[in-house]
Amino acid sequence: MKSLIRYSPLLLLALAWEAASRLELVSSLALPPLTSVLAAWFDLLINGELVSNGWASLYRGGTGLLLSVIVGSTLGIFMAWWRPVNALVGPLVELFYPMPKSALIPVTVIWLGFGDGSKILLIFLGCMLPVTIGAFNGARSSDRTLVWSARSMGASRMRMLWDVVVPSALPELLSGVRTALALTFILLVSSELIVARQGLGYLIGYLGADGAYEAMFAVVLTVAFLGFAADRAYQLLMNRMLQWRE
Amino acid sequence: MSDSAQIVIDRVSHLYRPPRGREVLALEDVSLRVTSREFVALLGPSGCGKSTLLYLIGGFFPTEIGSILIDGQPVGGPGPDRGIVFQHFALFPWKTVRGNILYGLERQGMERGEREKRVQDFIELVGLAGFEDSYPSQLSGGMKQRTAIARTLAIDPKILLMDEPFGALDAQTRHLMQSELLSIWQRTPKTVIFVTHDVQEAVYLADRVAVMSARPGRIKTIVDTKFDKNDPNIFKAKAFVDKVDEIWNLVRVEAIKAQETRPS
Repeated sequence: MKSLIRYSPLLLLALAWEAASRLELVSSLALPPLTSVLAAWFDLLINGELVSNGWASLYRGGTGLLLSVIVGSTLGIFMAWWRPVNALVGPLVELFYPMPKSALIPVTVIWLGFGDGSKILLIFLGCMLPVTIGAFNGARSSDRTLVWSARSMGASRMRMLWDVVVPSALPELLSGVRTALALTFILLVSSELIVARQGLGYLIGYLGADGAYEAMFAVVLTVAFLGFAADRAYQLLMNRMLQWRE
Repeated sequence: MSDSAQIVIDRVSHLYRPPRGREVLALEDVSLRVTSREFVALLGPSGCGKSTLLYLIGGFFPTEIGSILIDGQPVGGPGPDRGIVFQHFALFPWKTVRGNILYGLERQGMERGEREKRVQDFIELVGLAGFEDSYPSQLSGGMKQRTAIARTLAIDPKILLMDEPFGALDAQTRHLMQSELLSIWQRTPKTVIFVTHDVQEAVYLADRVAVMSARPGRIKTIVDTKFDKNDPNIFKAKAFVDKVDEIWNLVRVEAIKAQETRPS
C-alpha cells in the first residue's frame, strides 16, 4: 500500500502519456499511446525477440560488470596497501577516470569485433575505475588500530588484508559498484545501438529504423525497468551486507 | 629485579615522521624494566610519547634507536604474546561480540569446540552474557571495552598493553571498569603496561607509575604505588591521596610545558 502511494506519480505520468497521445496533443508517431506500446511489448515477448535479445544483453552486462568488480576491487585494495602499486597505477586511474567511456566503443569493436567480446570489454573497462576508486578510498580509510588488533591476535599480513582491509573498504567499494551498475546499462545500450547484431540496444535501434515505434518504445521501457529493478535489488543486497552498521 | 625483568626497554628513542612536515623526536633515551606480572602505568600529558612507547613494545612501529627485549628476545612485529586494548576499542564492527572474541582464537588455530567454550567463558567473565550476537554499534562504550578486553584476554597473552583503555568512557563506567580490571588481573595475573593521563587511575591500578615528560618524551621518575587494591575506602586513605598529590605535582609541570611547546 505504501509503495502504491509512493509510485502513484508514475501512474499519473502513464495516464498523461495515454491522454496526450489519444487526444492528439502530440503526434502518435512521436509518442504512441501507452496501451499500444504495452500491446507491442506482449507481441515482442511472445515472438521471443525480447527474451533472446534480453539474454544477450544480460550476459554481456553481467560478465562485464562481474569482471570489473573482481579486477577493480582487487586493484583498488592493493593500490591502497602497497605504495609501488599505487605509484604505478594511480596516475593511470586518475587519467582515465574522467574519460567518457563511450569513446571506447569503436576501439573495442576494432579489437574484438561486433559480438559479445567488444561489449564485455567495453563494460569491463568503463566500470572498473569507479570500483577501483571506491575500493581504494575505502581500504585507505581502514583504521590502523583494527589492523594492529588483527596482527596482534596472530593474523598474517595477507590474512589481515582479507579480514580487516576488505571489510573496512566494503561500504565505499559497494557504492562504487552501484555507480558501475548504472554505467553498465549506459554502456551496454549505447554500444548495442551503434554496433551489434543482438541485444536490447540493437533491438531499439532496429525497431526505430524500421518505423515500429510502438515496439521501440516497448523496448525502451523494458530497459528502463530493468535498470530500476537492478538498482533496487542491488540496494537490498548492499543493505544486507552492511547490516552491521548502525 | 634486574634478572627477573620480562620487558627490558634500553635507551630507546623514536623519531616520528609525519607524511608532511618535519620529523619529531617523540621519545628520547627511555629505559624501563618491567618484571613478570607487574602492573606499570605510563603517565604523562598528551603528546609525551607514552602511546608511542606502547606501540613500540607491541611491535607496531619498529624500534630503530635502542632496544626492547621481551624475555630476552628483541621485539619483532606484533604477536599474540602481547595483547593490546585501545582507547576506542578497535572492535571489528562487522563482527558480533562473539565473532570479535572468536577471531583471535581462530587465528591461534584453536579447535572449534574448545574455542566456542572459551568464548562463552570470557563473555561471562566480562559480564556480557545475552549480548553475544550484538554488533559493536549496538553496544554502549563500557560494553564495547569489555568486549575488547575479553577479546584480548581470551588469547591469553603474557603481556597486556593498554592504551588509555578507559579514556573514552563516562566517569561512572570508568570507575567500574577500573575495579573490574583489577579483579580480573588478580585472578589471571599478567604483566600490564597501562597508558593513561589520569593520575588517580594510575595510582589506583598500578604497582609503579612511570611519569613521563613532554616532547621529547622521557621517563622523568618512577614512583612506587603499591596499595591494598581491595580496600573499598582506598580513594580516601591519606597515603593514597598524598601519593596522587605528589604525582599530580610532577605531571602538572610537564602538562604546562607541553602546552608551551605544542607546535602550532
